[in-house]
Amino acid sequence: MSTIYIDNKQYEVKAGKNLLEACLGLGIDLPYFCWHPALGSVGACRQCAVKVFKDENDTHGRLVMSCMESIRDGLHLSVSDKTAKAFRSQVIEWLMTNHPHDCPVCDEGGSCHLQDMTVMTGHDYRRYHYKKRTYTNQYLGPFIHHEMNRCIQCYRCVRYYHEYAGGKDLNVFAAHNHVYFGRERDGILESPFSGNLVEVCPTGVFTDKTLREHYTRKWDLTTAPSVCNHCSVGCNTIAGERYGQLRCITNRYNSQVNGYFLCDRGRFGYEFVNSANRITQPLIRNRTVEAVDEAVLMDHLRALLTNHTLIGIGSPRASMESNIALMQLVGKENFYQGISDNAVFVEKRIVEVMQSGVIKTASLHDIQQSDAIVILGEDLWNTAPVMALAVRQGVMKTAAHQALQNRAIAEWHDAAVKELVQQEKGFLANCTVSSSPLDEISSSVMHKAPEDLARLGFAIAQRLNMVLPVVQLNDDMSTPAAVIAAALQKAKRPVIISGAGYYNEALIRAAFDIAAACKATAEEVHLAYVMPECNSMGLAMMQASGFENAVLRTSRVNNVTAIVLENDLYRNVPAQIADVFFNNCQHCIVLDSLHNATTQHADVLIPAASFAEADGTLVNYEGRAQRFYQVFVPANKNMQESWKWLMKMQPVQTGSAVERSYHPEEVLAMGEQLLPRLSGITAVAPPRNFRVNGQPLPRAPHRYSGRTAMLSNLTVSEPKPKQDYDSPFTFTMEGYSGMPPSPLIPFFWSPGWNSNQAVNKYQEEPGGSLKNEHAGKLLFEYKQDATPVYFKDIPEAFMVRHEKWLLLPQYEVFGSEELSAYSKGISELSPSPYAALSQLDADPLSLVNGSLITVKIFEQVYELPVRINAAIPKGVMLMPAGLAGMPVMAWNSWVQIISIRL
Amino acid sequence: MERPLTQYIHPGCPPFDIREYEMTGGYSALQKVLKSMTPQEVQKLVQDSGLKGRGGAGFNTGMKWSFVPMGDSAPHPKYLIANADEMEPGTFKDRLLLEGNPHQLIEGMILAAYAIQADVSYIFLRWAYKKAAQLLRKSIHEAYAAGLLGKNILGSGFSLEMHLHTGVGRYMCGEETALLNALEGKRATPRAKPPFPQISGLYGKPTIVNNVETLCNLPHIVNNGAEWFKSLGNGSADSGTKLYGVSGKVNNPGCWELPMGVTVRELIEEHAGGMKNGYQLKGFLPGGASTDFLTAEHLDVKMDFASVTAAGSRLGTGTMVVMDDATCPVGFVHNLQHFFAQESCGWCTPCREGLPWVEKLLLSLEQGSGTTEDVELLQMHTQWLGPGNTFCALAPGAMEPLQSALKYFREDFEKHVALRRCPYQ
Repeated sequence: MSTIYIDNKQYEVKAGKNLLEACLGLGIDLPYFCWHPALGSVGACRQCAVKVFKDENDTHGRLVMSCMESIRDGLHLSVSDKTAKAFRSQVIEWLMTNHPHDCPVCDEGGSCHLQDMTVMTGHDYRRYHYKKRTYTNQYLGPFIHHEMNRCIQCYRCVRYYHEYAGGKDLNVFAAHNHVYFGRERDGILESPFSGNLVEVCPTGVFTDKTLREHYTRKWDLTTAPSVCNHCSVGCNTIAGERYGQLRCITNRYNSQVNGYFLCDRGRFGYEFVNSANRITQPLIRNRTVEAVDEAVLMDHLRALLTNHTLIGIGSPRASMESNIALMQLVGKENFYQGISDNAVFVEKRIVEVMQSGVIKTASLHDIQQSDAIVILGEDLWNTAPVMALAVRQGVMKTAAHQALQNRAIAEWHDAAVKELVQQEKGFLANCTVSSSPLDEISSSVMHKAPEDLARLGFAIAQRLNMVLPVVQLNDDMSTPAAVIAAALQKAKRPVIISGAGYYNEALIRAAFDIAAACKATAEEVHLAYVMPECNSMGLAMMQASGFENAVLRTSRVNNVTAIVLENDLYRNVPAQIADVFFNNCQHCIVLDSLHNATTQHADVLIPAASFAEADGTLVNYEGRAQRFYQVFVPANKNMQESWKWLMKMQPVQTGSAVERSYHPEEVLAMGEQLLPRLSGITAVAPPRNFRVNGQPLPRAPHRYSGRTAMLSNLTVSEPKPKQDYDSPFTFTMEGYSGMPPSPLIPFFWSPGWNSNQAVNKYQEEPGGSLKNEHAGKLLFEYKQDATPVYFKDIPEAFMVRHEKWLLLPQYEVFGSEELSAYSKGISELSPSPYAALSQLDADPLSLVNGSLITVKIFEQVYELPVRINAAIPKGVMLMPAGLAGMPVMAWNSWVQIISIRL
Repeated sequence: MERPLTQYIHPGCPPFDIREYEMTGGYSALQKVLKSMTPQEVQKLVQDSGLKGRGGAGFNTGMKWSFVPMGDSAPHPKYLIANADEMEPGTFKDRLLLEGNPHQLIEGMILAAYAIQADVSYIFLRWAYKKAAQLLRKSIHEAYAAGLLGKNILGSGFSLEMHLHTGVGRYMCGEETALLNALEGKRATPRAKPPFPQISGLYGKPTIVNNVETLCNLPHIVNNGAEWFKSLGNGSADSGTKLYGVSGKVNNPGCWELPMGVTVRELIEEHAGGMKNGYQLKGFLPGGASTDFLTAEHLDVKMDFASVTAAGSRLGTGTMVVMDDATCPVGFVHNLQHFFAQESCGWCTPCREGLPWVEKLLLSLEQGSGTTEDVELLQMHTQWLGPGNTFCALAPGAMEPLQSALKYFREDFEKHVALRRCPYQ
């Protein structure tokens, strides 16, 4: 700690930081633009000027940029100094000379850092009387709207896009006051992290194009803390609504998970909530009038739920509450995971490994702090994009730490650090089936079939722990194995990452063995397994059998009523298997939010609330349970949380007359009863009766407008505000107006800070953890003394088969995930189906990119265009997983090419 | 009077090739250094000689070198760079040396590289100096062929690579850290100091950037010693000779090597032949476009670093721009500000946004639509675009002629407002 004096007041601050960070950390308002806690300092905008004095007797002082000045013990500085204030105001005046002042029509208005800083400095009157310079804007794709005239040239966009996220196609062009931020020509931004430009840009140059289609000011949004449901990372988000429509997703800062950034799938994948394809009414099929109300529905369900064997099919994308409610309704022995046995097998192993407590699970924060990362058989870039972004930060930070050793350069001095680092990288081994943008920053790249990757993993583990069985590797793998093992041996905080993506259980074991072997030399070892969906881990922890077992069961038992929870089975198992299931079941009740192939088979279809209309809990890849909160009450009363419907079915089934409503924490408590493994999950968030100073927490900000008028076209009297009995929130602006505790932050807003930069005020220090941060509940417990039991069963090496190819999934950021694919922009960017194979396999068949091949998988035949990728190993064929309209493939089976059209 | 830098330069005649250069004593300093001096001794010699950077800042060259990490633990490669991006308006002194005696620069660079134990050297040359580029290319080739560049120079064990890099014509590249960025293939924006290039320069490695004229002095200092170099200064506090230039409405504009500390009067009246008939001296920028105006009352000021500073300006590059009484100071300054605004790299706010504003204010004054408030705004900019407020020295440099014009020629500004036109038209 250092003692500094700000305006003659003494403060204790953390050494090693700069003055801007110190001031903001102390809650002192100091304007800035080019600095960003995740990007560091470059000193470009000159907005954060303060006076620094030689000692307490110096009255003259000198202006310095606080972001470029290190904290020194005994330093005297002044924020309120007249000259410093005047200069800061002058900087705004300069920035405003060319700014269009189009706030009323700018999407940033009301949540604009430039507005906030302008007001903060006090600049108001314009003295520049000349013409403004203007720019042409560019088409940047379906997500980002570009309006260059508003630019204040803080350079944060390019620094974020290039250096932080590794994108290449956004750049800075020209010089002097014609500096231009955009692409070399119009075109879709290539990075799947482009959406963060919206939050990184301090003004309205880059804005959310999807929000633009149903625009609402920040102050008119009803928002709630949410959790992204488009992959297993569990990024914290803020979801905003107006007029019963979900309007936007923004980042919800959290030091342990996603920090400041989201991926584009998470940010722009929300539009399925507003889809015309939503199920709006309970339907009882094969009646003259299929649509029914709740009373008729329940009456009808009585017959289906009694005198029948109930089979429950759970879902990896439904909340814990819904899965638990289903298990409670059908009974533990009748509950099945709605995913294939292959997936269950792999995920069960993951849970087992994590449950053993031998290795700590890796949060994204741990990954960012790691000094050596090994990815074994998971295409992170496409299956867990924000984790890939964290891996990139780990690699960059390690390089920075190495370069800064024994040098008097501060870590926050971004430009100087980058200069020293040059092309150096921290250690990353990316061992996957095919190429990925992570390859560029990898020290070691290996593209092999999953079995070979697992063998590589076991070989690395063996080099770290000689007791383990030796794996015979070819030269092309034994050298990398030695290199990776050597890097891990030196690492203090290695992270090993694998996942369920290739349905290969040996990879899971191999990753564990590496991590366990690292424990001998490392200070801290972390392990992460990427899961397929947002609640795959939660579902897997319920340890039920897979869907094929449910099908078997239905073929043995008559009189089955199946209840399918938020699950399009046709995406999880081959169609033939799903068809058999539906034929076997006498009745089928389906709860879901959108119509899909499975809902077509429902005798009874029940509209489920989407995440935006629901309360619930998701368990992310690390076993971190996180609560998401209902954003709004849909006008359509039929859209209820699945768990609510299921809890209502209980008295119907048991014949009990007692009807009562349940709250999420009660359902979770039921889960703890049913499954001891889930113990502690009720602590995921404060209870529903949590109050601050006796007050609930408002979802709408103080400046929410139009409450009395917004429905006046329908009714002139102000409707009674909706009540929330399930959470500490209100649906209005009434309630506690201060800072809520961390899991209950519906928006970042602080006096004078209307933009998302208000997050500074919620943090312990800039870029640090939130005040009293409660980052969910970790369900896997690390056991200090647990002794690792190594897996020694090593798979056979991959053998290329004559004229047959091993079929593996290629995941796509845009397109592979079900719900986001309903959003317009995401579907626009998702690829058309293809079959990708190695150059080595394409050449003998004279295949070129775009050649059409007809492939046979079991008895199914598909015609697909060819993509050739030199990175793919020989004998392997990749097809995109989960694309809309593409059938579920029998992954890991063998494909034949039966005809070719060149 | 000794003219070590230019004694063999005869405008109009081709420069010496390596043979001619060596016949007149060229590369003897290099031989001497490689045979008998340690790098530290060379640094000490140059520090003792009092040689100050001729690019404008006037920092002791040997001292600048002394911050480079030396010894076995020093990072390598280290770099030595000749700043030949001479783009200051009114400045043409380095061109004389580049075109007149390229081997002198190359020898100076090898000496400097030896002193800091650099492995690689670059000449960063202004793009428009096409002739210099051609001559340098030829001379570097000759030096390589003679074993004066490359591996194990003259059997000394010291090795140095040398490359010529031609810029694309940005004034900004004359700023040493922007030059480094440009050389790395990045945008020519300056870097924050610290860290200084001596610690983290080109590609993050220890680097020295020296001006052409500075480097050209080195062979002579090595050959003749520190005391000799000091004695050249003709009673001035500064050592050596200096290339001085005069441009403007004088009878004999040009560039001359003269002892440090020659007076302004001597320069204008003797060497430049006085003002042209019918013109009076109204003011002059002593060291290039980014220095403060001085006026006729300063004619007896010595042209050395301390004296010009004491008079309220800077010696800068030592190349003077003379303004006569028929030239409108507002228009004159507008022309300069147009240049500086255009050459701003666009990195920091005050320079990027402030300079175009200043340029527009001056233009409106010239066009007769300026107001008293506009003059105040100009004054305000000279205050806010000062050193420390901007990221580098470009905007503070741009403000020097403006602030001094407002001081010495304020009436002219006021007349523009009062008459609503330029009184010189």
